[in-house]
Amino acid sequence: MEYEIVIGMEIHIELGTKTKIFCSCPTEFGQDENTHTCPVCLGMPGVLPVLNEKVVEYATRAGLALNCEIAHFSKMDRKNYFYPDLPKAYQTSQFDLPICTGGVVGIEVDGVKKDIGITRIHIEEDAGKLLHESADGTLLDVNRCGVPLIEIVTEPDLRSAEEARAFAEKVRNILEYTGVSDCKMEQGSMRFDVNLSIREKGSEVLGTRTEMKNLNSFRALIRAVQYESKRQIIELKKGHTIIQETRKWDDTKGTSSSLRSKEEAHDYRYFPEPDLVPIVLEPAYIEKIKSELPELPEAKKQRYIDEYKLPEYDAGVLTTTGVTARFFEDAVALYNEPKQISNWMMVEIPPLLKENEVSMENISITPAQLVELLKLVKNNEISGNTGKEVLKEMFSTGKNPGDIVKEKGLAQMSDTGELEAIIEKIVSDNPKSVEDIGAGNEKAYGFLTGQVMKATKGKANAQVANEIIRAVVAKHLA
Amino acid sequence: MSLTREDVTYVANLARLEFSEDEVIALADQLGAVLDYAETLSGLDTSKIKATEHVLAVQNVFRADEIESCLTNEEALANAPESEAGCFKVPRVME
Amino acid sequence: MELYQKTIHEINDLLDKKEVTVTDVTQAVVNRINAVEKATDAYLSLQTEAALEAAQGLDAELSGRAKRTSLEGIPYGLKDNMCTKGILTTCASKMLYNFNPPYNAEVYDRLSEEGGILLGKTNMDEFAMGSSTENSAYKKTRNPWDLNKVPGGSSGGSAVAVAADTAFYTLGSDTGGSIRQPASFCGVVGMKPTYGLVSRYGLVAFASSLDQIGPFTKDVEDCALVLNAIVGHDAKDSTSLNLEKTDYTQTLKQGVKGLKIGVAKEFFGEGLQPEVRKSLEDAIAIYKTLGASIVDVSFQHLDYALSAYYMISSAEASSNLARYDGIRYGFRAEEYSDLVDLYKKTRSQGFGDEVKRRIMLGTYALSSGYYDAYYKKAMQVRTIIKADFDQVFGGCDVLLTPTAPTTAFGIGEKTSNPLEMYLTDIYTVPVNIAGIPGVSIPCGLDNNGMPIGMQLLGPILSEETLLKTAWAFEHESGLTNLKAPLGTEV
Repeated sequence: MEYEIVIGMEIHIELGTKTKIFCSCPTEFGQDENTHTCPVCLGMPGVLPVLNEKVVEYATRAGLALNCEIAHFSKMDRKNYFYPDLPKAYQTSQFDLPICTGGVVGIEVDGVKKDIGITRIHIEEDAGKLLHESADGTLLDVNRCGVPLIEIVTEPDLRSAEEARAFAEKVRNILEYTGVSDCKMEQGSMRFDVNLSIREKGSEVLGTRTEMKNLNSFRALIRAVQYESKRQIIELKKGHTIIQETRKWDDTKGTSSSLRSKEEAHDYRYFPEPDLVPIVLEPAYIEKIKSELPELPEAKKQRYIDEYKLPEYDAGVLTTTGVTARFFEDAVALYNEPKQISNWMMVEIPPLLKENEVSMENISITPAQLVELLKLVKNNEISGNTGKEVLKEMFSTGKNPGDIVKEKGLAQMSDTGELEAIIEKIVSDNPKSVEDIGAGNEKAYGFLTGQVMKATKGKANAQVANEIIRAVVAKHLA
Repeated sequence: MSLTREDVTYVANLARLEFSEDEVIALADQLGAVLDYAETLSGLDTSKIKATEHVLAVQNVFRADEIESCLTNEEALANAPESEAGCFKVPRVME
Repeated sequence: MELYQKTIHEINDLLDKKEVTVTDVTQAVVNRINAVEKATDAYLSLQTEAALEAAQGLDAELSGRAKRTSLEGIPYGLKDNMCTKGILTTCASKMLYNFNPPYNAEVYDRLSEEGGILLGKTNMDEFAMGSSTENSAYKKTRNPWDLNKVPGGSSGGSAVAVAADTAFYTLGSDTGGSIRQPASFCGVVGMKPTYGLVSRYGLVAFASSLDQIGPFTKDVEDCALVLNAIVGHDAKDSTSLNLEKTDYTQTLKQGVKGLKIGVAKEFFGEGLQPEVRKSLEDAIAIYKTLGASIVDVSFQHLDYALSAYYMISSAEASSNLARYDGIRYGFRAEEYSDLVDLYKKTRSQGFGDEVKRRIMLGTYALSSGYYDAYYKKAMQVRTIIKADFDQVFGGCDVLLTPTAPTTAFGIGEKTSNPLEMYLTDIYTVPVNIAGIPGVSIPCGLDNNGMPIGMQLLGPILSEETLLKTAWAFEHESGLTNLKAPLGTEV
């Protein structure tokens, strides 16, 4: 029997607002424990939430970027459950009337294009962090409590780990572009839950699904989907039924285990949040946000092809993240050589990022510095190979390319007088080569060129050197 | 309708409360009486009635995204029954 | 009359004429507290030393200043569910026995800004759940008119402090009658303003969509003065109304000529104590002589209000009180085996019976399978009750009702039957469901000399009309600043 994997995803994304969703504490990541709290996010008695206007704006922006309908009327609800990382013992979220519904995102896997439906996007608050550092207990850090989140819920349209990954990457790409989140997975700014079921290929009926939580990287997402689909298929092949349950992915072990069954599922007792009033968005507000949306990756890619005449491949790579695209565009604005810039950004920069363990976000060189370097190469002041060395030096020292070239004496020797003297000597010292050339063996030129490069430690401008060699040899033969 | 002891136990667990046998029996009675009284509501046809969540038509109350001062770590933990290393402390959590 | 027995506006006259100092006034009320507080037990905690110190400071400041505000230097009390930085805020619960808030309730900030002098925090039913203040985890407050009777609740301590002259005014909170009913039982003026008029920030939540803070005072004019200080928009409360400032004393004495006062038979039904009925009828007669017209109005669905109220308030309470888990503040059980056990032991030992009952009721009403039948149904009934009031106020300006079916009952009389206790709120809860304002003023005494309260209700934001209606009666009847038969030493 042939099986089909059916996947729906829930993606939690922390919004990049300055302050929390319901109070004025900063959202900054990585601060000392319990230093970014106030009575509101600590859930103290008598305090009240007030919704951050940027959260509504960012959620609307995200919804528009993901082709959703923005609700004219939406409201906040309470989701009640006890857990130490949830100070109020309810999460303020949205239940039946979310801010965005019915979006779609196009993905492409192995050249096959496909639309993935988005059921809804709602706004809610993040929980705190539990630290397992104490010898005899668990510690609670409330700093993250109340950091604004959007939760994106998809239709069960995904069919493989690759599709899930492609979708997640696409969403990250789009949201990072729109500036609503940095989507830094290593900081927990983007987290995945996966609902997965198996059915016979061709069947219209959905199988029993499990929900997998705690996927914090693309790698974890792929591995968890692969593991869980395999597990379910094995169960089905054994004639077992799948138990509806929530499972927790353990990324270190590479396995998942049951967290709670359907019977133990929470009874969340959702009800409308009486402390917050409805969100009513007028068409003019939505239109304004729409008009302010930045160019999204698809459109940008097409523009790079049309405007900069870049190959589709280059355009795709350069628009993968907003940061990369911005770097490229800043460079092009200073120096209208898109293909040269593209080549260097695609070929030379990535290995250096890896070597220096940095990403495009915190790259140590500026577009202006790159442009300065490319101009040196273009103007033959240094060779391409030297340029690569200079770039490496720029990465580690942050110095300007011109200064590096000067300090290390890497400038090409284009001074014809100096070169002529060197070449005259080399030609005189190698009469055999001159003879060979005279006999029609053009290859001997290569030998002479090599000698010149050796003598000048590679600084001779190859083109100029070749012209002089030819002239000097001709003189000798004459 | 009356409330069963199982109902009481289920709800108690949801509310993170625990009761003795006697208390469960008493609660089933007392809550049952209130619920029976509330049964009068079922006599009212509300199928076409909108629920009122807010008595006043206030909407779109937002706060500017501006940082204000936080409590210090000491202030945040001042009321905590147990703390360690600048954190609130609870019994070990496995999940 | 002793200084401590006077109203705020009488004290204001004396202070403005410099006939007394703030210290004189404060010392007088502190002496009164020392004399009778042990009999009434209105307060959970007292700040009398700090109050006297503040009074002296204020006197020094006022000596060089011509003007003072209406509440400047007037000693008052706060119900112990309003947060006060550096002062214990317990909600009369073991759960918050040691809770020291790092923030102030907005109303406390406003009164401090006005130069108010806080005397202490008053007793209440635990988390404001109750109608007799017998649900306090700490003490039973006694009605100064008869120490064997309850003061009403849940703001019983606040009502008693004013009735026993151990504060010039107090604030209470009213979720289903918790200001008006104790005001009625104790013979003082108590007002629940329109929902959203007074900030709830720092008021420990019972039922968020119903809770509202309001004043207890010795007469109607004082009520207007306190309202002036506490009403106003607060950006920290999303449900706070953003309106232009009103001076509630401006229209106070305009009279009721031509005013249409509605009387609904649904408020005069079975279970109404005969003397209460008689007293209300006398009040109606007085209003007629003052030139108001009395009109018959009627409600279609008032019977449903009490059920809807208990569903909505308990559901919201079950969620609002979930945060008391023994982790960040308050009580934590001493022995527990694991996290879930910590929750259960802490909550079961920290909450009293009535609070647990409401949490259970509310949790049930929201739980899977029952939400539509109970919670949602109640929210729909709320729409109907609101519509009922709209229709009634189409035919009258003010509705006159008894505040409670009876005068104060005996301590311990109704504690064994929760439903019977709930029924004492039957005339007050519809007001919270509709979000409208209501004021209770004394309108007579029963055969045992216990005060009877009259409730005046109006549409949303009709506080001025209610106060002027109340003032007209008070002025005409002379039932003002009533003195409980409580000696100077008890």
